Amino acid sequence: MTKKHWLAVFVLLLALLAGAVVVLNRLDETPLPDAVPPRGAAAADQVARGAYLARAGHCAGCHTARGGAAYAGGTAINTPFGTVFAPNLTPDTKTGLGAWSEAAFWRALHNGRSADGRLLAPACPYPNFTRVSRGDVADLFAYLGSLPAVAQANRPHTLRWPYGTQAALAVWRALYFRPAAPPAERGAYLVSGLGHCSACHGSRNAWGATDGALDLRGGAIPMQGWVAPALDDPYAAGVAGWTLAQTVALLKTGRNEHAAVSGPMAMVVARSTQHLNDADLLAVAGFLKSLPQRPTAPVAASAAGASTMALGERLYADRCADCHGAQGEGAGERGPALAGNRAVLMAAPDNLLRIVLGGGFGPATAGRPRPHGMPPFATLLSDTEIAAVVSYIRASWGHEAAPVDTRDVNRQRGG
Amino acid sequence: MRAAVAIAALLAASAAPAAPPLPDTMAQRVLACTACHGKEGRAASDGFYPRIAGKPAGYLYNQLLAFRDGRRQYTLMTALIDPLSESYLREIAEHFAAIELPYAAPQPASATAELLARGRMLVFDGDPARQVPACVACHGNRLTGVLPAVPGLVGLPRDYLNAQLGSWRTGQRQALQPDCMAQIAKALAPQDIAAVSHWLAAQPVPAPAKPAATLPAKMPLDCGGLAP
Repeated sequence: MTKKHWLAVFVLLLALLAGAVVVLNRLDETPLPDAVPPRGAAAADQVARGAYLARAGHCAGCHTARGGAAYAGGTAINTPFGTVFAPNLTPDTKTGLGAWSEAAFWRALHNGRSADGRLLAPACPYPNFTRVSRGDVADLFAYLGSLPAVAQANRPHTLRWPYGTQAALAVWRALYFRPAAPPAERGAYLVSGLGHCSACHGSRNAWGATDGALDLRGGAIPMQGWVAPALDDPYAAGVAGWTLAQTVALLKTGRNEHAAVSGPMAMVVARSTQHLNDADLLAVAGFLKSLPQRPTAPVAASAAGASTMALGERLYADRCADCHGAQGEGAGERGPALAGNRAVLMAAPDNLLRIVLGGGFGPATAGRPRPHGMPPFATLLSDTEIAAVVSYIRASWGHEAAPVDTRDVNRQRGG
Repeated sequence: MRAAVAIAALLAASAAPAAPPLPDTMAQRVLACTACHGKEGRAASDGFYPRIAGKPAGYLYNQLLAFRDGRRQYTLMTALIDPLSESYLREIAEHFAAIELPYAAPQPASATAELLARGRMLVFDGDPARQVPACVACHGNRLTGVLPAVPGLVGLPRDYLNAQLGSWRTGQRQALQPDCMAQIAKALAPQDIAAVSHWLAAQPVPAPAKPAATLPAKMPLDCGGLAP
């Protein structure tokens, strides 16, 4: 073939690829009706169902800004590609969803396409929400329509070029997004759909994509410094070894015999899962328990040097033992057991360091309305001291997790 | 092997002899607060973490909400209390408000007599030309605060007072609207902030240090967040 022929083949291939991207971006999509049907007042029971679903989906986590009006948007969501600002979901006609039809709202959640036809940035987890049923989407829409309209203009995203362009989003979606039907099983439906657990508990690739709505193999939460542990690993946050009641207790009250939630999960329990009814929590617990397990047994490491261990032991007795027990056995409500605690033993020490540095209260829940708080040691102990005490608890009471050093501590202090 | 160790540790933990029941107190629950704010909330020695013991409950509650909602900025504080309910935050505020502790002696004044005199004048008379009301008009004649939500101004370190007035001036610290302290901090001349802070920090705290029950006259400005 001549050079000219090669060029023709190349152009043809490019056109085919572009065509494929366009087709893949339109899968399972129905055109919106021309006229927006007037949004009448929804029935109270539908609004109540929608309110429940909005909590199950923790929509307010992004769409209600700190100190801002409910669902009026504005929260900055930092991503490795730039910042996305959550939009206004209140029924304000100019700045919110007031002029949207239910069909447009469905298309946004199911297809990731806005009412004006633009592709949405997948910071909004529509790869999960695509699995939400049409009926539930209608209920959510009715609930959002019942909120007070708040005039608050959306802030444009500040994604770096080319990530925010429609072309880049189209290619990303062609590679990583397919509309999907709702799973029949209730637990799978909640976990992989509205609950969007994989948004944190999945493992993201360099382009920010997880391995699908059921990717629960754990990973670093982008830009937050926390690691969301795997939900299918008995050495991380898998619940296969727990009773259903124990998993329900964790999601409902923030603690059970084996674990206590902290960091981003404390907010999820406080604002979302504690509000789920028992049937839904049981369904979630049952589904998580049934996940095929991929155990990643940690490799035993040798403890830190004798002087570090001695410093750690002294600090532990002085600062930690009152609430976590002299042998890490815990002290009831005051502090969870550290001996055998998976959050202590995880290969990545990030969460443990963040908990020691930042402290924090457990989530206030109906089942545990007055939780105890752990002091933030960032202001009380030096990097050397924190590295010593964390290395000590990772190597005591039968533990063999690798020590941490001052650089690990310092990195977590940063943000 | 690792699993065996972890499970053995868990079993050991659950098989340990039952410890005597620990007292279930608010003081236990709020160790996260007193680690920085000092034993029983009496303030840390570094002048950065202020005393919280004995401040009006409404004021403390407003500050907790302000950290939660972003009107005050301190990441550590915000993250600490983020997952708590409003009823529990109020209980925490009431816990610290009810603690009566003696105050330490004031810091020795390190400013010129002229600056201190200016500070004293602002505290008791304000600066009518700049429409700055007297501090005592809202914070009480004894400057120990007024129930339910106006804090006292004595017994605070100079650096803390300076920092708060400065942050109010720049909008870094905000209160519920109408934000009267922001108006005042913006109206004050910069050297007057130093004058007020120097004078206030040098005053002994009167005994008893309790906030006043009411103000003798109507407050000169409208302030948000004062309803009980």
